[in-house]
Amino acid sequence: MRFQLTYKLFGRSAILVEWPADISQEIIQDIISFEGQVKEIDAILDTIIAYNSLLIRYQNPIVDKELTISQLKNKYTASSYVIKQNQFLWEIPVCYDASFGIDLEEIANKKKCSVTDIIRLHTETDYIVYFIGFQPGFLYMGGLHQNLHVPRKSNPRVRVDKGSVGIGGAQTGVYPQNSSGGWNIIGKSPLNFFNIKATNPCFAKSGDRIQFVAVDIHTFYQIEREVINQEFIIKKRLL
Amino acid sequence: MIVILHPGIYCSIQDQGRFGHTKMGVPQAGYADTYAAKMANALLKNYDKDALIEITFGQGKFKFTSDTYICLTGADFSPKLNGKLIKMQSVYPIKKDSVLSFGKRVYGARVYLSVQGGIQTEKVYGSRSYFEGITQQKFDKGAILPILPIQKDSDNSFSRVRVSEKHFTTMYLPCFKGPEFSKLNKEQQRKLFIPFSISDDNNRVGYRLKESLENNLSSILTSAVLPGTVQLTPSGKCIILMQDCQVTGGYPRILQLSEIAIARVSQKITGDKIQFVLEDHL
Repeated sequence: MRFQLTYKLFGRSAILVEWPADISQEIIQDIISFEGQVKEIDAILDTIIAYNSLLIRYQNPIVDKELTISQLKNKYTASSYVIKQNQFLWEIPVCYDASFGIDLEEIANKKKCSVTDIIRLHTETDYIVYFIGFQPGFLYMGGLHQNLHVPRKSNPRVRVDKGSVGIGGAQTGVYPQNSSGGWNIIGKSPLNFFNIKATNPCFAKSGDRIQFVAVDIHTFYQIEREVINQEFIIKKRLL
Repeated sequence: MIVILHPGIYCSIQDQGRFGHTKMGVPQAGYADTYAAKMANALLKNYDKDALIEITFGQGKFKFTSDTYICLTGADFSPKLNGKLIKMQSVYPIKKDSVLSFGKRVYGARVYLSVQGGIQTEKVYGSRSYFEGITQQKFDKGAILPILPIQKDSDNSFSRVRVSEKHFTTMYLPCFKGPEFSKLNKEQQRKLFIPFSISDDNNRVGYRLKESLENNLSSILTSAVLPGTVQLTPSGKCIILMQDCQVTGGYPRILQLSEIAIARVSQKITGDKIQFVLEDHL
């Protein structure tokens, strides 16, 4: 699928390409495929993917804006060659024990349902990874069930533990590092979402999917040990 | 090697920064005052990309445990070598056991200390720039920073340049319209180009400005930001993002600073005045 795109200069040496302002799987897949084509251009320093945009940073200041944009437009319309990346569905163990899911009770009260219902709703669908931002390894995911939409806390916590699984508005995500944070915490994953020592520090990428799988607290600690010993292999399936 | 006797308020290792890893959410980081940092390297015949020490607000104390050459650029905090005042933008040969310290502020906020061949801490993703969770090097009292053995090169000792003090004193920040600039009405656009002052919330992540703009813009779908992006927050306060900023953000991006403007901002302190000036785009 091809979209009507806009191209804007962003500073002296970057072009911001924008898709229609929607959060949709068609758009993110189109951005990923365009990014795959664009990054082969030699003069490119870096690219930043987000919900409906792609920032293309050049190594040097752009001298001819019209020429640079028309090159990009040509790449986009030359749809004959589309780079297909392997995309995976990752199974992420999460322990929803009350000792980790410190806001579960409050959400259940607000939503007039049981904690079990919340866990069921959170684990029964998978989520698409739109992009990674905020912190190294923080996945922006879409697809949270409407009954689980909860506004951010008005007073963010000073410290949220690494691995905490949260809900912020219509989004769900996992904190890759200890940090402050305003999301409602419903559980904890024993996995590293950003491991600087690994060959590939962040296992997931834009376009992959995440499936949360509930584990009990005993299993949580067992997996945590395996992760530390670098023995744990995350279950994945090619999409 | 260099031993940190006292880290001062804040110091870190910086080079040109990290590129090509934003897709994992890894920030660019890198020296904030590109102009001063590149000059410090150039005077020592280092490469642009060689790592140096960025010292915020002077006050640090460093001991050299081997011979080398050094050069200081950026902010002037009355640097002293073994207690004797030395000049900025000048190359000095250093004898083992020399101590570098600082005194009173003359101008600026960030000092750059380059050593011959650059600081040799571990590279992560092609850069030595400090970022929590990415690099391991600490800058506490007693921390040791590796450097290369001295290369005798009589050519460059005592070479020096003069810098324009304007770099540190000017309030003008050349910039471009940001992606959401056109969403501002005429009155907002006019008010954006009158002077602002720097609030006390300023660091390598961002500089918040004191004065507010009336803001009726809705937030945007989270999208790319860069060092030098000026965001308009819901409260009407502007934030100038700096080198350690996140890779994406959800506030309207109303301006984008030029590289020299980012360098100028990095030398500002709380209360300093700034004024955005639009540059013609190509």
